[in-house]
Amino acid sequence: MGRLGRLPAWVELALLPGLNLGLALLLSGLVVILLGEDPLAAVRLLVYGAFGYGEAVGYTLFYATNFILTGLAVAIAFHAGHFNIGGEGQAYVGGLGLTLAALGLGHLPGILSIPLAVAGAALFGGLWALVPGWLYARRGSHVVITTIMMNFVAAALMTYLVVNVLIKPGQQIPESDIFAESVWLPPLAPLLAITGLDLGRAPVNLCLILALACCVGFAIFVWRSRPGYELRVAGQSEPAAVYAGIPPARVTMLAMTISGALAGLLAVNEILGSQHRLVLGFTGGYGFVGIAVALMGRNHPFGIVLAALLFGALYQGGSELAFDMPKISRDMVVVIQGLVILFAGALEHLFRPALEAVFLRPATGR
Amino acid sequence: MDGLWLQALLLTDSTVRLATPLVFCALAGLFSERAGVVNIALEGKMLGGAFAAAAAAAVTGSAWIGLLAGIGFACALALVHGFATITHRGEQVVSGVAINIMVAGLGPTLADAWFGQAGRIPLPGASARFAPIELPGAAALAHVPVLGSVYAEVVSGHNLLVYAAVLAVPTVAWLVGRTRFGLRLRAVGESPAAVDTAGVSVEALRYRALLVAGVLCGLAGAYLSIAQNAGFIRDMTAGKGYLALAALIFGKWRPVPAVLACLLFALADAVQVRLQGTPLPGVGTIPTQLIQAVPYLLTILLLAGFVGRAVAPRALGQPYVKER
Repeated sequence: MGRLGRLPAWVELALLPGLNLGLALLLSGLVVILLGEDPLAAVRLLVYGAFGYGEAVGYTLFYATNFILTGLAVAIAFHAGHFNIGGEGQAYVGGLGLTLAALGLGHLPGILSIPLAVAGAALFGGLWALVPGWLYARRGSHVVITTIMMNFVAAALMTYLVVNVLIKPGQQIPESDIFAESVWLPPLAPLLAITGLDLGRAPVNLCLILALACCVGFAIFVWRSRPGYELRVAGQSEPAAVYAGIPPARVTMLAMTISGALAGLLAVNEILGSQHRLVLGFTGGYGFVGIAVALMGRNHPFGIVLAALLFGALYQGGSELAFDMPKISRDMVVVIQGLVILFAGALEHLFRPALEAVFLRPATGR
Repeated sequence: MDGLWLQALLLTDSTVRLATPLVFCALAGLFSERAGVVNIALEGKMLGGAFAAAAAAAVTGSAWIGLLAGIGFACALALVHGFATITHRGEQVVSGVAINIMVAGLGPTLADAWFGQAGRIPLPGASARFAPIELPGAAALAHVPVLGSVYAEVVSGHNLLVYAAVLAVPTVAWLVGRTRFGLRLRAVGESPAAVDTAGVSVEALRYRALLVAGVLCGLAGAYLSIAQNAGFIRDMTAGKGYLALAALIFGKWRPVPAVLACLLFALADAVQVRLQGTPLPGVGTIPTQLIQAVPYLLTILLLAGFVGRAVAPRALGQPYVKER
């Protein structure tokens, strides 16, 4: 596209995303002014609320775990050339698989029941995403629209199941029976307390380790495995994939299933690690945050971890902020999320011409 | 009057009401997608229009100022969309999703700060809302069999924006199919290079298409918040923008089939509302939550099964690069 050469790696990987993020945050500051609050004071409260004390750090890490998983889910689909907006629904249905396993296998020792519950979440999430993948591969339905529709269907289905089927008998609150304690995923706070780090009552749990393991697995799969290679080829160019003997239909279905399974693991963090029962709306919009995280992290696990930490801090700091500044509600975080998607995703080339002019001038002068 | 006939009339009546925002949005999508810009942001622009219309109407007490504000804000979002997709050739679906998410957060945030009603904007009085219009003679003709009751129940008694939507359909069909602007619009979605060679600016055409789409989305949003309902609530579009986009695809990017698809979705929605709590013979009462999923399931089924060879505008989703 008329590019003269490659920008230096640090510009491409750090400066450009940094500038985009900076602009998104600057505009968020303007919204804060519009709300009638002092943006600098808001930033101070937000940073303190996210990192100021042990429990805050624990919550930030807890939210970051969610975002690593949903970010990876969006990223794997991006690598295959698809835009999976259905992480929210896939995570929700993943919670169903997890709950069925956890309630049905609660009598088993944790060493057996926990992996099975995790597998249940991944399986149900993966199957829920396979439907749009299959519809695209076989019927040509647009993945974006079907995944969105599947979100609405998942919400309706889960509400029905929680309210009518899984609800704990004899209670009014729409939530399932609490799981047997042996299935609970151990929290990290007691472990880290030995090292002197006090996370308070933060719900961050072993799922953080699972999410980081997923990052490593993601990298190996995408860049070091044969199916991962096929996935990237089909994502770059479908005709090239066909020419190379790679069936794009199969690749699409595989990518969507992995994507849904990763999104389904969100339930492990939220339910198995924190709530210990199926509650309505436990996905809390985290599936959509995955889009921003994947775009900011440039679809790379390392970038996704950093972006997830940023959004974890925004969520945790944001709720503290909403408490201290009543004019700012938690929805403000959603605005920031949208702005980050706009500047890190849609407007990623905004600064590129200027940066190319600065950094590539010596190269063209030669 | 026969009970079944009345039921059918009422169902048609609510279909028309529910179809109005879908029709506006599908026509909006038609403009931008025929010009080659994927418009997944219909949802966000409509929600933004609903928010701005309710906010302005609540402050001024005038439905007309609300309408203008709704259209204005939706157009501003269209300009953002255009800046990202046309000027900077950004990924079109991503920018659309960005707008949707941003607006979903911005509406409740501002409503909370400005009106202090937990993300809602209630309207102060009747003047802030478009009231139903009784067409002349509706009451007198209501007793005429068949035609009179159709006139009184279905044709008469809607608010101004419903009639605007009805008028918009032939207008858009004519504009896109029979005018020079429409010809260029369709050409720019199929072969922007050819339009460029003919000396017509691709960028300007696409911006204009997005602005027209913005106006229509603003109308859809205003309809939701200051005509059909009395005020703004969070996520009040509930996926209607996506349904409209699906209707557009189902209608193969042509105005009349797209509008018919909108009517089909609206009918499903109207039936869905009616079925809630009503036992069906042989099945019993279907749980409300499952019935609510019907329009979304219908969308998936229609897109999967009956679209056939839906040929999208050839340059859809591709940014235009003038020279290399």
